[in-house]
Amino acid sequence: MIMTETKPNVAAGHRITELSLNHKALELSESNADEPAWLLSARKDGAERFAELGIPTLHDEDWRFTNVAPIARLAFKPVLAPAPHGVTGEALRQLGAFAGGKLVFVNGRFAPELSSIAKLPEGVKVMSLAAALAGEPALVEKHLFRFARTDLNAFTALNAAFFEDGAFVYVPAGKAVAEPIHLLFVSTARDNGNTAHPRNLIVAERGSRVTVVESYVSLGDAAYFTNSVTELVAGENAVVEHLKFQDENQQAFHIATVAAHLGRASNVVTHSIALGAKLSRTNIYATLAGEGLECILNGLYLTRGEQLADHYMVVEHAQPHCASHEYFNGILADKSKGVFHGRILVRPGAQKTDAKQTNKNLLLSDDATAATKPQLEIYADDVKCTHGATIGQLNDESIFYLRTRGIPLEKARRMLIHAFAGEIIDRVRSEPVREELDKLVWDRLEQNEEVTVNK
Amino acid sequence: MKQPILAIQNLSAGVEGRQILKGINLSIYPGEMHALMGPNGSGKSTLAGILAGRQGYNITGGEVIYCGKDLLALAPEERAREGVFLAFQYPVEIPGVNSTYFLKAAYNEIRKHRGLPELDAVEFLAFVKEKVKLLELKDDLLKRSVNEDFSGGEKKRNEIFQMAVLAPKFAILDETDSGLDIDALKIVAKGVNTLKHPDNAQLVITHYQRLLNFIVPDFVHVLYDGRIVKSGGKELAIELEEKGYDGIIHGAAVPA
Repeated sequence: MIMTETKPNVAAGHRITELSLNHKALELSESNADEPAWLLSARKDGAERFAELGIPTLHDEDWRFTNVAPIARLAFKPVLAPAPHGVTGEALRQLGAFAGGKLVFVNGRFAPELSSIAKLPEGVKVMSLAAALAGEPALVEKHLFRFARTDLNAFTALNAAFFEDGAFVYVPAGKAVAEPIHLLFVSTARDNGNTAHPRNLIVAERGSRVTVVESYVSLGDAAYFTNSVTELVAGENAVVEHLKFQDENQQAFHIATVAAHLGRASNVVTHSIALGAKLSRTNIYATLAGEGLECILNGLYLTRGEQLADHYMVVEHAQPHCASHEYFNGILADKSKGVFHGRILVRPGAQKTDAKQTNKNLLLSDDATAATKPQLEIYADDVKCTHGATIGQLNDESIFYLRTRGIPLEKARRMLIHAFAGEIIDRVRSEPVREELDKLVWDRLEQNEEVTVNK
Repeated sequence: MKQPILAIQNLSAGVEGRQILKGINLSIYPGEMHALMGPNGSGKSTLAGILAGRQGYNITGGEVIYCGKDLLALAPEERAREGVFLAFQYPVEIPGVNSTYFLKAAYNEIRKHRGLPELDAVEFLAFVKEKVKLLELKDDLLKRSVNEDFSGGEKKRNEIFQMAVLAPKFAILDETDSGLDIDALKIVAKGVNTLKHPDNAQLVITHYQRLLNFIVPDFVHVLYDGRIVKSGGKELAIELEEKGYDGIIHGAAVPA
């Protein structure tokens, strides 16, 4: 596939509608010849959608707290030819990436030499999406683009048009995968402006069990743009744990969409941990498409400096007797900003819905800000929907209680901050993942001076 | 004569615009248990808070000497390290802070202060096991977050459990009996009595006489409108039960 460099026309404050995405750009090249018609059609659709929608501005209601215009100003260029990326196994270990079997992608491209997956139960497939398109086209076609539709938002459109690779995880009915599956996306971040559009497809068939972790990290300091889309399909009675760990460098832009489609009586928990990036926005769309299922959205964002971490979610209760619980905690330091916008949509037939949304923001400085917007659209009349948000500082009574037991003020503050993060981490069910995450977050919090400053 | 563990001299304190304590005098010697009783609003919790170092009070006069030191000049954690313990009336829940982790940290701070070696996780667990039994707390309590999802009775027993672990020299029990049924009360009392020692002392603050059937004080003081209006032995508690606060207070000479 040939991709042109996109040079969007950005007039300050104006909607970006002109994007010189040329249909010629989607001419079949030799490498494209392998792509099936349905895929090419989706790509074209994505390109057209993006041209139509443009990069969101602050006038778009769903983006009004988050200015993504700088992404367009970054003359983002897809990394074209696979250059030797120079990433070694040693470098990965130093990143503190989750241990165990993993698929590694460097700058959006699969790096088989760095990847290894332990023996999998029969029928379970873990491979690059490109390999899946070649080897399991029917399976992929069945699910790809179904849930993260090209028109979901401008970035899913862009991803549809330009994605090169990502991971394909398929678990057949009744199979359980004991070890967590890690998808590691590394940016070398050597030159400014690189873009990657990773696309992942996770399919857990009826009664299956799997844990998938996707991590986004970088080795360099240059600015780059990650635009990832993950589609997650959970069949009837499937039990899925999904975790997105984002620790891109401080210049990077990270936009991610996680679209989950949940079947009857399934149990799905998806976590979003945002530690890095100059600007990150995670969109989670969960469609509760079967009766009696349980869905948990659990997230933690730590921001400092001038970082912005934005979480936007839409949970759609389409069927009765479903439970959805959202728990998002933010720890905001310096002049950073946290944004949370949670839409809960309860359709007319979705009786006995149990929906809960909690967003708590801990401000460690006077200049940190949090924006939180619950949005409940309820069209059924026998439901339980609650939402709560707090923006504040550490609890004085808790600090006093700890001090009366001999714990000094600074240590008491640190304990409470770690506890605040711990509330979220404790919900990770997979023990190895939880322990690794606990350590990573602990170390990151300790690095932050404001955690220890006497306020 | 032995030095008192606690000597409160003419202590006056209040919050913005309002005097609460109006000249408290009280000395507590090693081996003694003192009960402080009084109607709502008399200043009981204020006194407990001031002794533990709670912020928000203005000390307008007097002083508090603890083992020869100026207590009011010490930060709450310093008081704790010196052996002061407050069993809270309303223990706060601290989700996410593991009970064992917290208590071990507290215990080790105090050990460090006394020049003793700190205990590691294994040693600490062995050490606390018998105290868990004493307060008849569930084993899993140590795995949970501090006070999280504890019933009222469990919270109060947890306070005494912490007291058993930290072995304070001077313990203030702030309405430890409030909200407890008779069975929980007995367990708490058993714990407190077991911890009584010729070298330590307790100040038991209570509204009702019932607790004092189980934790028998050496001295009873009646607090009314910020002053101690009557003091006596344990019989005073029974007299209080019979006559009520009104009977005692209006029979007592109120200092000018």
